[in-house]
Amino acid sequence: MANEVCLRTLHLDRPWLLSSYESEGGYEALRKILKEKISQEEIIETVKTSGLRGRGGAGFPTGLKWSFINRSAPGEKYIVCNSDEGEPGTFKDRDILRYNPHALIEGMIIAGYAIGGTAGYNYIRGEFWEPYERFEAALEEAREAGLLGENILGSGFSFDIHTHLGGGAYVCGEETALLESIEGKKGQPRFKPPFPAMFGLYGRPTIINNTESLASIPDIIRQGGEWFRDLGVENSGGSKLFSISGNINNPGVFEIPMGTPFSELLGMAGGMKDGYKLKAVIPGGSSAPVLPAEVMMDLNMDYDSIAKAGSMLGSGAVIVIDDRQCMVKLLDRISYFYYEESCGQCTPCREGTGWMHRVVHRIENGEGRPEDMDLLDDVTQRIMGRTICALGDAAAMPVAAFIQHFREEFQYHIDHKKCMVGGR
Amino acid sequence: MSLRCEPWARTDKREDKENLFSPEIRAEIDQWVAKYPDEWKQSAVMAALRIVQDDNGGYLTQELMDKVADYLDMPPIAVYEVATFYSMFELSEVGRHKICVCTNVSCMICGSENIVEHLEKRLGIKMGQTTEDGRFTLKEVECLGACGGAPMFQIGKQYYENLTPELVDSILDSLEQDNGE
Ligand SMILES: Cc1cc2nc3c(=O)[nH]c(=O)nc-3n(C[C@H](O)[C@H](O)[C@H](O)COP(=O)(O)O)c2cc1C
Ligand code: SF4
Ligand code: FES
Repeated sequence: MANEVCLRTLHLDRPWLLSSYESEGGYEALRKILKEKISQEEIIETVKTSGLRGRGGAGFPTGLKWSFINRSAPGEKYIVCNSDEGEPGTFKDRDILRYNPHALIEGMIIAGYAIGGTAGYNYIRGEFWEPYERFEAALEEAREAGLLGENILGSGFSFDIHTHLGGGAYVCGEETALLESIEGKKGQPRFKPPFPAMFGLYGRPTIINNTESLASIPDIIRQGGEWFRDLGVENSGGSKLFSISGNINNPGVFEIPMGTPFSELLGMAGGMKDGYKLKAVIPGGSSAPVLPAEVMMDLNMDYDSIAKAGSMLGSGAVIVIDDRQCMVKLLDRISYFYYEESCGQCTPCREGTGWMHRVVHRIENGEGRPEDMDLLDDVTQRIMGRTICALGDAAAMPVAAFIQHFREEFQYHIDHKKCMVGGR
Repeated sequence: MSLRCEPWARTDKREDKENLFSPEIRAEIDQWVAKYPDEWKQSAVMAALRIVQDDNGGYLTQELMDKVADYLDMPPIAVYEVATFYSMFELSEVGRHKICVCTNVSCMICGSENIVEHLEKRLGIKMGQTTEDGRFTLKEVECLGACGGAPMFQIGKQYYENLTPELVDSILDSLEQDNGE
């Protein structure tokens, strides 16, 4: 039971071609919708039934999000796809773009139909040149086949998709920063409300979804909301792409049912590399709280299980850490990332990320002070929940979790001016 | 609600846009402009900056940014804001090959430090520097979304994954040969 939705074409030779996609049921959902004139309500209901939750990290129910759009409002409405894929550890959307771009295109068209929009933008991070070219080629194929553009399949429904390339800024993955970026500005998140469903791209009602969320839509329509839901477990419908990386033998992207035990996923990824022991796992991208090995080995990969253990499924980016790694050093690097990427418009995030990084960095370098642990606790609490976008929380959560679970390593660094692991 | 969302205004619009860039560059920028609503030409600013940067050996100058501003009817400051915000824009000269090495967490635990060390030794420069012959620049970057192939780097448009010092050598050797011209 793997690769049943977004990676459905992966076993084929040149899986990214229209012919490959169509041989696996591709564009059947769109054809059916247009031929049978299936109503917008029915499509949104099916997506709700499927239990699909946003795959970009926040896990918001996709069908519910779509229902927030006022479909009868006059004027343009937009579908925006988030292919910015910047959360460290995440590399699944790249594979959708490279290996099954038509699933995303069909998903965006269906989403456009469901909200009464006629245009979509796919925001692909600027470094993803190969995926961008694949996606563009697929758009061309779809246009030529009459599946995209004016009067799709003679139905009277028109929808076109354009790509926007990013410029290397993690914060542009945040949905409103992404909109600002498409509007030709620096990518600073907007204050919410209003939410994009009311006031989005160019001030118009807009739905923003992650690449994987949208690429899941065609199969949900084709095979039914229940079918998708029953692939997974309660509260976590469907299967999901996990990007698993780190100290393992066979890192990569695995599309497996929600609720699969972590131990099984680790097995698929070839197990621990060179026989080292599992020490910790970051289960949902670098902003998700780290979990110790013994906790992780008992968990299943679904929203509720991971949340109960105090972390997040996030984007499904699983970073596997072995016992050679120093947790202080890892946190030093992670906190540097958020400090670098803060857009600077909220004081707690701009100043707090700098504080966290400086303090962790001095602990790592044997210059930690006895009061530093309390200082870090204090700074994280002053950031969380007090910022315009979730980057502030994303920066604070790993600091809190690393200290919570690996306090003795930090203390050792402070007391002995060196590392517990390997004695550096 | 008094929410507004409007493009930047530029009163002194330049008429002779054909004098700003070569026909090829203009055609390329125009392709991007066409993707957005008519009044939102500025949506193409990132694409325009990327295109002129590539054409200029990998970096932007104030003159180029001003031309982009003229071309898209934007105030120059709005273009500077964009050019300074996004890390892929270079505001000073870079080597012919910019090596963007990911040192983020997955790459780090898979040995990106060895790769950095090897590169620095081979090229005789530190991160952030350019070789004297202007061939290579070393740049530290954040996660490039290819952690399954860690450690990795990007040169130009190409990703190179599962790097080892030997692989790095063969990649750089082949790039140096390309430059035999
Ligand atoms: C700092 C930050 C970075 C984000 N980066 C991404 C990203 O790279 N890709 C993505 O899909 N969502 C990202 N998100 C989440 C988006 O804001 C948004 O929730 C998501 O695109 C919505 O789509 P979904 O409901 O289908 O997940 C990020 C959020 C924050 C706060
Ligand atoms: S939380 Fe940080 S990244 Fe987000 S808007 Fe505020 S300063 Fe910018
Ligand atoms: S951490 Fe290096 S590519 Fe993601």
